[in-house]
Amino acid sequence: MRLVVDLNRCQGYAQCAFLAPDVFAMHGDEGLLYDPQAEAAQRERVAQAVAACPVQAILVDELDLAATAPAAATSSGEASDG
Amino acid sequence: MADSALDQLKRSGRIVVVGASLAGLRAAEVMREKGFAGTLTLIGDEPHEPYDRPPLSKQVLLGKADAEHTLLPRRRDIEAEWRLGVAAIGLDMAARTVKLADGDEVPYDRLLIATGVRARPWPNEAEGELAGVFTLRTREDGAGLARALAAGPRRVLVIGAGFTGSEIASACRERGVDVTVAERGDAPLVGALGGVIGAVAAELHRENGVDLRTGIMVTGLEGDSSGRVRAAHLSDGTTLECDVVVVSLGAQRNTEWLTGSGLGAGPRGIACDAGCRAFDLRGIVTDDIYVAGDVARSPHALFGYQFLSLEHWGNAVAQAETAAHNMLSESTDRRPHLWVPAFWSSQFGVNIKSVGVPSMGTEIMITQGSRAERRFTGVYGYQGRIIGAVTFDNARWLQFYERQIECTAPFPPPFTTVDRRADGQRPIPADFPDPSVPTHGPTITLSGYSPADRRIATFTPAGH
Ligand SMILES: Cc1cc2nc3c(=O)[nH]c(=O)nc-3n(C[C@H](O)[C@H](O)[C@H](O)COP(=O)(O)OP(=O)(O)OC[C@H]3O[C@@H](n4cnc5c(N)ncnc54)[C@H](O)[C@@H]3O)c2cc1C
Ligand code: SF4
Repeated sequence: MRLVVDLNRCQGYAQCAFLAPDVFAMHGDEGLLYDPQAEAAQRERVAQAVAACPVQAILVDELDLAATAPAAATSSGEASDG
Repeated sequence: MADSALDQLKRSGRIVVVGASLAGLRAAEVMREKGFAGTLTLIGDEPHEPYDRPPLSKQVLLGKADAEHTLLPRRRDIEAEWRLGVAAIGLDMAARTVKLADGDEVPYDRLLIATGVRARPWPNEAEGELAGVFTLRTREDGAGLARALAAGPRRVLVIGAGFTGSEIASACRERGVDVTVAERGDAPLVGALGGVIGAVAAELHRENGVDLRTGIMVTGLEGDSSGRVRAAHLSDGTTLECDVVVVSLGAQRNTEWLTGSGLGAGPRGIACDAGCRAFDLRGIVTDDIYVAGDVARSPHALFGYQFLSLEHWGNAVAQAETAAHNMLSESTDRRPHLWVPAFWSSQFGVNIKSVGVPSMGTEIMITQGSRAERRFTGVYGYQGRIIGAVTFDNARWLQFYERQIECTAPFPPPFTTVDRRADGQRPIPADFPDPSVPTHGPTITLSGYSPADRRIATFTPAGH
């Protein structure tokens, strides 16, 4: 799944790094590094990070988030969940 | 009520976006969000779907993400006709068509231009083509440079210590690669943040083992018999052996394709009004052509109505959203693009952020923390008001100063702040270099004069 963090907004409080440590990591005291194409297996955790970010700085594919719903069609052509 | 022209446009019009990157994609999403149901064509000369550039000098060079894996997320389906891998080469404003490199002509009712900038190449073409010489703007650049760093070069030379050059140097050190940075100015980041902050940046480089050389120009690159770069010649007469060179000398606007079109486009970008509508060559605003992102220059009320060109991610997003909104609105519903400039960078483990236009400031005051600790807030003053702010690992204060800038609060700030230290008791000169001396490129360019200035202006772009 594709994601991008608006680092102008990000306040570096590391909620995302706590919830999805394989995707988000702090770099130094308040910098944030993230994997712009997270593994499909991380979907659930990334969705939690998106919801928990206090400034809504994390943007993820709309289609991918929708795909977390059980009934959604798998049209994105991504590798299957692990 | 009769169907208005706007309703018709929304239902069955043709909108063309030239430049399929951050600004182009965001604008397209907003157009669909606003109910545009007509034909939407995205034209991009790169063969890829829109991807994000900031990770290229950060995650990608650190080996933490692949350059191919930075495609921008889609907030919604935009049902676009994609014309990727083909450049727009001309614009016929009267016939309302965009001409493509493959001979096609694409008609439009509304056009959005978001062609951005490209890396300024090394001026000596033959030297620039040596293997091992890079610029960093595109996904291919990022992939190539990441490969070169992973291969364990003996020494990398970065030419230009702006934000991108500094981030590249930082990535080299983090990977344990020896790196020399050559900067024409007196310090890294001076063009964007001035000499006071530049001095802090210089210490950061040196503490992290960068061989930083300031006040120096690279006069030539030398290749070996197989066409690989092997050395660089410097203006102080020394020769530096290096097997990777990154040319990081700022950017050039992608406006050449508009030459002869009659649009007000040139090396300084495309001039537009606060509503993102492009000016033609006669200074008359067009009704159907809009501009957004790095290629645009637009007047900003907070900065004396001077024209601002910003090479900032957040500006591309905000301006694209405003342009898209205005393209589909009656004139009374249009909005001005009054975004307060904001920027981030990450180097040597330090989170650097700025708001406003620091380079307009003449003075700076360290209102929180201290430079010695590399954790501080610097506030820039211009004619008695706050015009910009920068933080090193102190980002939580930035929003506060953003509001101060927005309400043209007085400088020096009359209030006391927490964490104020001895070196922040009074303002000192911000120490920006003479603007007529070109540096690596400031990422914010101010041009034009405020209506309050009584001057007759003729512009000669410095040095290029
Ligand atoms: C390495 C790097 C690091 C960065 N880091 C930061 C950062 O930390 N913080 C920050 O705020 N900003 C950063 N930026 C800047 C940010 O990426 C830009 O501001 C943003 O990409 C601007 O988006 P844009 O859509 O206006 O232009 P661009 O992203 O430049 O896109 C323009 C597109 O138009 C295409 N094009 C050009 N001419 C034509 C034509 N004639 N026909 C068709 N297509 C054409 C181009 O190839 C390109 O794909 C960084 C940029 C780079 C390169
Ligand atoms: S949760 Fe949001 S604000 Fe906090 S570090 Fe992550 S992206 Fe930044």
